[in-house]
Amino acid sequence: MKTKTLALTHVDTSFAGIALTALAGLMLLLIAGFAQASVLHDGAHDTRHAIAFPCH
Amino acid sequence: MTARTTPVTQSHSPATRHMTRHLLTSGLFAGLAAGLVAALLQFWLITPLLLEGELYESGIRTHFAASLNAPVQSPAGPAEGLTQNLSRHAMTAGFDMVAYTAFALILLAGMALAERFGHPLTVRSGLIWGICGFITMHLAPAIGLPPELPGSVAAEVELRQAWWLGTAVVTAIGLGLIAFGSGALPLIGVAALALPHIIGAPHLDTYFGIAPPELAAEFASRSIGVAAASWVALGGLGAYFFTRNRES
Repeated sequence: MKTKTLALTHVDTSFAGIALTALAGLMLLLIAGFAQASVLHDGAHDTRHAIAFPCH
Repeated sequence: MTARTTPVTQSHSPATRHMTRHLLTSGLFAGLAAGLVAALLQFWLITPLLLEGELYESGIRTHFAASLNAPVQSPAGPAEGLTQNLSRHAMTAGFDMVAYTAFALILLAGMALAERFGHPLTVRSGLIWGICGFITMHLAPAIGLPPELPGSVAAEVELRQAWWLGTAVVTAIGLGLIAFGSGALPLIGVAALALPHIIGAPHLDTYFGIAPPELAAEFASRSIGVAAASWVALGGLGAYFFTRNRES
């Protein structure tokens, strides 16, 4: 017998969904931390120093 | 066990799409909240030191050791202007939230992956995930490349970025092997943690410091402390958002 609660107390996320989430995170990380375009660099400058990304 | 496999193993089922959306929104909420925590701590503890460092970077102040003509001691004390230039600080807060949202999505992908392999997530284990994220993304890279005041002179930025990324990846793998591996795998994980530091970060063969070492040291330790607090918040919040409302 499956109750609704039992079915969803341990929910699996698809591997594709996990990969998509990780990829989205990596893209944002590149923008916030690594892209050298000067507009991005200037805006993110203080953040990069505080988070200790290699900045200059 | 049927409960685990029945509703969600078919790809593109409604439950699967729902879980992917839930994973993404949980990461977004946790990342924005932790980014706000990081921004507030940063304005309190880090930005004043950063602005003071810029006085030395721009030459408004000169460290006594850097010039024969400078006074015998360097002046200490905060720069003026913490409340000026609000657009700059607004950008900083915004990018803090972008960075922590990036961290959150990567961290939650790891949490969801661990759940797929039978390691249920709780808010308490989320705190440990947060500590491990801090070690991976901040502490381990900082061992080779300490957080730098503006104006610090260092090796080529591309080389440092490559070492930083490689260190983060290898450290994540190492911590994963220690946490979830069996047999000899945790030992291999320990070796992985040491590997980037055996290789060594790119460094110059001379020192160029233009700011007083006390200021640079305080900046580095506060950067690490703020990141530790923000990451623990991120781990707990990420686990909270990802595990709540699962009955619905």
